[in-house]
Amino acid sequence: MDLANLVPVPVLLPLLAAGITLALARHPAWQRVVSASTLAINAVLALVLCLAADALGPIVLWVGAWPDGTGIVLVADRLSALMVLVSSVVTALVVIFPSRRDIADGADGAPVSVFHPTFLVLTAGVSNAFLAGDLFNLFVGFETLLFASYVLIMLGATKERVRAGSTYVVVSVVSSTLFLLTISIVYGATGTVSFAQLPERLAALDPGLQLVIQLLLLVVFGIKAAVFPLQAWLPDSYPTAPASVTAVFAGLLTKVGVFAIIRVQTLLFPESPLTDLLLVAAILTMLLGILGALAQGEIKRLLSFTLVSHIGYMLLGVALGTAAGLSGAIFYIVHHILVQTALFIVVGLIERVGGSTSLARLGGLASVPLLAVLYLVPALNLGGIPPFSGFLGKVALIDGALETGSPLAMLAVVAGVATSLLTLIAVIRVWQRAFWQDQAPDNERVLSVRVLPRIWILAASALVAVTVALTVLAGPLTAYAERAAADIRAGAYQAAVEEAQP
Amino acid sequence: MTPSLVLAVAGGVLIAAGVYLLLERSLMRILAGVMLAGNGINLLFLVASGPAGLAPIVGEPEAQIADPLPQALVLTAIVISLATGALLLAMSYRSFQLQGHDEVADDVEDTIVRRRAQADLSSEAYVEPDSSTATDTESGGRLVRDDDVVPAGNDAAEPER
Repeated sequence: MDLANLVPVPVLLPLLAAGITLALARHPAWQRVVSASTLAINAVLALVLCLAADALGPIVLWVGAWPDGTGIVLVADRLSALMVLVSSVVTALVVIFPSRRDIADGADGAPVSVFHPTFLVLTAGVSNAFLAGDLFNLFVGFETLLFASYVLIMLGATKERVRAGSTYVVVSVVSSTLFLLTISIVYGATGTVSFAQLPERLAALDPGLQLVIQLLLLVVFGIKAAVFPLQAWLPDSYPTAPASVTAVFAGLLTKVGVFAIIRVQTLLFPESPLTDLLLVAAILTMLLGILGALAQGEIKRLLSFTLVSHIGYMLLGVALGTAAGLSGAIFYIVHHILVQTALFIVVGLIERVGGSTSLARLGGLASVPLLAVLYLVPALNLGGIPPFSGFLGKVALIDGALETGSPLAMLAVVAGVATSLLTLIAVIRVWQRAFWQDQAPDNERVLSVRVLPRIWILAASALVAVTVALTVLAGPLTAYAERAAADIRAGAYQAAVEEAQP
Repeated sequence: MTPSLVLAVAGGVLIAAGVYLLLERSLMRILAGVMLAGNGINLLFLVASGPAGLAPIVGEPEAQIADPLPQALVLTAIVISLATGALLLAMSYRSFQLQGHDEVADDVEDTIVRRRAQADLSSEAYVEPDSSTATDTESGGRLVRDDDVVPAGNDAAEPER
């Protein structure tokens, strides 16, 4: 079997399973088995794909093998294969959490059977966005994952979720509309939407038009990635969804936006890094995000704000436009997907044990040591305490910024360090209040780990273990990220796509 | 390539009207806005596809057919905007069922944060360390609960709708 045939599998397999789970709507237990096993197989195949892409260079599949490059092309280069791997690991672990009660809470008779099919479609959409070899297929991938996320964020359609969902849906629809507009401009100007042909044809355009296209794409993906000043929708809409849904959203969806920004900046416009503009956006994203987090009294909202803030780090790496910055950003994306997902999952466990996610109502959780460990490890990781991967990623990015030596990059370093410290304050505040303050006198709740299904604890521990494993694997992963960054800058992508053309 | 002025202007007008409607709070108007803007962009794809020609079917003379790719893209975009329309309609109806109107309300937690700021209170995440236990090493620096109440109602900054 040709390895190239493995490329569409991360898209096809979940879609197939989505159909099967939909047919099994009346058998929730079977649904769970099907989707968990599919996602596990998916993760294994993604690992194979990632290793193959590393060993052989970009793997390209022209779907349908139409002559003259008329078909759709899927490309797994080092960067996208790594992203597919991380996202499939995350989805395979998170799918264990949603229980009937969790999904339907507050709305009896809600159609819980749609959860698994939708979740699988979301996975397929994320993989498609990572593997897409042209702008329009990227758009289709985004739409697939967005439509699945619309359903998931409004699961059960309670009043609160419809309100939060409305913000999310309207903002996403606007960004999609803008994306479509940009594609029509790109096609009108260059006559192609393929990532392999665009760099050459874009470079031949009028510089003003180039800048317009680049800025439009950055705005579109900036909305998806929640970059300042386009971040306000995120903390408004994420926290009301069920914890497991929020975990996947926070971990994956914004990173798809960052991934697309990397593609725009490195593949389409390598000559126009817009370093100053992006650095300013990165600095403001980091600082405003984390200051927002400090004002929150609700853990999910607090984490949503730290999510916005840490997008700034990745943008910082991309903005530098150097190999060091890019590889730092790639490493940080991997670290942040895993850590943020783990934290949201653990908050889901906290909610189940403590009955709330409001800091004013929680307390005394330190009497459940397992939960305390599961929270503290990823929290310190997020805050950038050595030897965790958060520290290593931040050091790599700061190193990259110091290398360029421009005043704005120095300012970004200062902002990055300050954000790291403020993140630590934010997460430790949760630690102090939720775990160490006395339980409210009127709160009779007995805190015990027994309310948690054993499989949840296993899966959450596995997720936290993966975040810790990133520290151990930091060497190989950094080397991989460096190779991926070098690949992108050397134009391996275009060469591989053209070579594979039937 | 000579773009068709009528199509470009019509697309622009549709998008402008769509953006105006998107700025509303009512979901039905937003829906109308999304539909208008989406159709405007579909027109722009026709502008991008160049001069009109024969239907792109195998067998027609290749030099005279229209560019088929934008048509394929527009078809996909139309399907997606159909789904968007259905979703927004359902959302608007559900919102009407639950609240009697389909206007998007303010965020609850945002309102709490704003009220605390107006009342000059510290953030909810902050607690004063209790001075009586500050020197008490036995408590391990535990925090003692201090419930301050958020003043509710009479919020001038929140317009009644």
